[in-house]
Amino acid sequence: MNRISVNVDGTTYEDEVEPRLLLVHYLRDRLGLTGTQNGCDTGNCGACTVDLDGASVKSCSVLAVQADGGEVTTLQGLARDGEWHPLQRSFHERHALQCGYCTPGMIMAARDLLRDNPDPSPQEVRNSLRGNLCRCTGYQNIVEAVLAAAAARESVPAPAAGGERT
Amino acid sequence: MSAFGTRVNRVEDQRLLTSGGVYVDDLRVPGLRGAAYVTFVRSPVAHAVITRIDTSRARAHPRVVAVYTAADLTGLPAPRPFGRPAHSGGFFAEPLLAGEKVRFVGEPVAVVLTEARYDGQDAADLVDVEYRRLPAVVGPAQALHDGTLLFEEAGSNLADQRDRDTYDDTVFDGADVVVEREIVNQRVACVPMEGRATAAVFDGTRLTVWHSSQNAQRCRSTLAESLGIPAEAIRVIVPDVGGGFGAKIGIDRDAIVVAWAAWRSGTAVRWAESRAENLVAMTQGRAQLNRVRIGGRRDGTITAYRLDVVQDAGAYPRTSTLAPVTCTMAPGVYDIPQVQTGYRVVVTNGTPVNKYRGAGRPEATAAIERAVDLFAAEIGMDPAEVRRRNVIAADAFPFRTGTGALYDSGEYGAALDRLLGAAAYPRLRAEQAARRDKGCVNALGIGISVYVEMTGGGGETARVTVDGRGHATVLTGSSTQGQGHGTAWSMLVEAELGIPVDRITVVHGDTDLIPKAVGTYSSRSLQLGGSAVHQAAADVRNQARWHAAGLLAVRESDVTLDVASGTWHVAGDPGRSLTWDQVVGHTGAGSIRADAEFASERPTFPFGAHLSVVEVDTETGMVTVLRHMTVDDAGPVLNPVLAEGQRHGGIAQGIAQVLFEEVRYDADGNPLHATLADYGAVAAADLPDFELEAGETPTDVNPLGVKGIGEAGTIGSIPAVQNAVIDAVAHLGVRHIDMPMTPDRVWAAIGEAGTERRSRR
Ligand code: FES
Ligand code: FES
Repeated sequence: MNRISVNVDGTTYEDEVEPRLLLVHYLRDRLGLTGTQNGCDTGNCGACTVDLDGASVKSCSVLAVQADGGEVTTLQGLARDGEWHPLQRSFHERHALQCGYCTPGMIMAARDLLRDNPDPSPQEVRNSLRGNLCRCTGYQNIVEAVLAAAAARESVPAPAAGGERT
Repeated sequence: MSAFGTRVNRVEDQRLLTSGGVYVDDLRVPGLRGAAYVTFVRSPVAHAVITRIDTSRARAHPRVVAVYTAADLTGLPAPRPFGRPAHSGGFFAEPLLAGEKVRFVGEPVAVVLTEARYDGQDAADLVDVEYRRLPAVVGPAQALHDGTLLFEEAGSNLADQRDRDTYDDTVFDGADVVVEREIVNQRVACVPMEGRATAAVFDGTRLTVWHSSQNAQRCRSTLAESLGIPAEAIRVIVPDVGGGFGAKIGIDRDAIVVAWAAWRSGTAVRWAESRAENLVAMTQGRAQLNRVRIGGRRDGTITAYRLDVVQDAGAYPRTSTLAPVTCTMAPGVYDIPQVQTGYRVVVTNGTPVNKYRGAGRPEATAAIERAVDLFAAEIGMDPAEVRRRNVIAADAFPFRTGTGALYDSGEYGAALDRLLGAAAYPRLRAEQAARRDKGCVNALGIGISVYVEMTGGGGETARVTVDGRGHATVLTGSSTQGQGHGTAWSMLVEAELGIPVDRITVVHGDTDLIPKAVGTYSSRSLQLGGSAVHQAAADVRNQARWHAAGLLAVRESDVTLDVASGTWHVAGDPGRSLTWDQVVGHTGAGSIRADAEFASERPTFPFGAHLSVVEVDTETGMVTVLRHMTVDDAGPVLNPVLAEGQRHGGIAQGIAQVLFEEVRYDADGNPLHATLADYGAVAAADLPDFELEAGETPTDVNPLGVKGIGEAGTIGSIPAVQNAVIDAVAHLGVRHIDMPMTPDRVWAAIGEAGTERRSRR
């Protein structure tokens, strides 16, 4: 057993973990943060993507002990005081999610892309999301949502629970 | 007020975008506290007799709760045999756990229950299973001719067949040209991003099962039948589902075993399969070997068509609908005087095959649309022109096909012409010719498909309740895997009752709340489930009108509902108005409620046309899809946002099948892929933006006039892309390439055609 201390979405957790425990299972099974999904366990689908110390990682390919002393951000930590991250907003407005299973990872990967390249071309978005699979949307609306978020400079308030007409 | 045509963003998104949804493995409900993790022991060999299973080492593991094998599955009803007795003799039944024999890699042999997730695989590895290997039957062609039998009692690998004895060659006699060829519709994995997942708890009286499914109610009836317990003693709950695509219709043996383990052990259990398990043990799709024969005149008229289907059912035939549906839809959009179809269903040592997006229809469309292109190439006519000359005329509907389908409504020629116009088809052909003249390495290909498919049929239930606060609740028999039913049903209720979307709750997938329902597949939701919601809402409105009339002391006919404001008032006197909570309050019952069950005798037949433009690098065989254009017509569109999303996803799955996806086995029946890196998953970088146009030809089969849109993208795109790739290299002598059209296959086809041409010279 190893003792780790990890900050996840602004809260610091101290835990004893098995050395083989993957970060994705630490988040989900130990911390109950089930907003990060597991779609393949082999680093291929990107559903488990989170931010670790400023870079996006596939949490199925990182051990919890490797996150010791680190800062993790997941989809669940993106909104601030009811303000959605521009990607959350644009995914909603562009219908960039259907079943939603790939969405947490997709948004975290897109956030990483926009940090590196704030004004990507459509093809750059497509190329950089190569490691994130979506079986539902055909990607088109995801690409549009990422481009729209790049265009929107600031975060805006979250919409009410209902749908809104456009 | 009609909600139709309004672009409404989804009500579901809030939750999914902030907390990430609640899929089965996310459930943290009290009943599952301390649940044991289920891990399957699966067969590592394709075909073998099990000579010994020793679980003692696994049982001795300190954190193992239980280990079960087929020997523990006592007192259960016998599994239901497959097929029509005349052909199957009642054999081909699928056990819950393999006891005597295994028939595919991944078949469940035992389950291990452990306290912790990570102990599961350790403990499963301690179960010793000895196998005496048998030769494997790999693929449908081998199944037909091989002496090795999967089910010796059956005496054959043929599980079902129909109509092949009626083939009459003379119908091709008068044709100027007859083309015949074999077309492979390859086996593909369904790969929803959430694999199969089940959790269950038995409290001594009732079994509660959470399952990632397209229909809770069918899960319940299957569980009752398989476990021999009354349906009333089972509650099935379907939480968020991470994609289904047909592979999550009902519940399969693995999940039944999980539910049984909860019942047997008295322990709450949970299971979420790994992707490696998903790729070998979730049902797969397509897997047809088709032989087409098409005959016609040199003026472009098609006079006769035959489709002969061999369906690879995998190790256990689970479905009887795939091949029959392919045969029914065989002639597609064409008015062909003579059509013959027949099929054989065979068992092979592969993963069982079942429904996958389109389920029999994409196979039919791929076959006829390839056949038309083969015919066009043979007579030297533009494939668009051949289609134009043979599509069923707009004034011929309702149209009864030679295979017995009754097409409700269609404008096939108009859809094709609109597509060709939008694509500036002559300009594309000119560019293709220019590239050929220049001897460009990057050849341009243009592929067309015109499709019709079959959706819906059967019934669905709904209950709409308006409570004392003026909020509406919809209980729907339809079930969502991401399609956005919550948004769509809210729109229907808002339009009928004037209750705003944010005061409407849509509930699905709980057999205690919704005991009777059919669920979501076959693009059936809006036309059946939506029609039921619409009818229930209309009933609520009529009841409310009666109460409002009483309150306002006027005749019922003098009361109207102002949908925009959601208030009832006396006609012509908006001053005297009542809100929903006032009307409901007046009833004294606390709510106004209506149940509806909508059934349609007939299915509907959406249609459309797709055009794909591809570039083929003739030196490497690499294919790039440059453009994909569609005109899809599924009748009036309720919410274009949702409909376009369905079409996008469908097209992507179609392109993925054409270019990348295939489940392959080696000669011993070992699958050649274990991860999403080996299996050809399609990524954003592989696809272009799609260019969509929509028609809105209504049907008279349901009150909303709608047809289904969930599968059209896949059905239309597959032949368009396949035809485009072949078209790109047709000038090099290539007539056909089977899917998946990987660079090595395309490159090899170019090479073979070149060799043939040189040897003919
Ligand atoms: S679960 Fe980590 S990449 Fe798929
Ligand atoms: S929305 Fe379902 S996998 Fe992406």
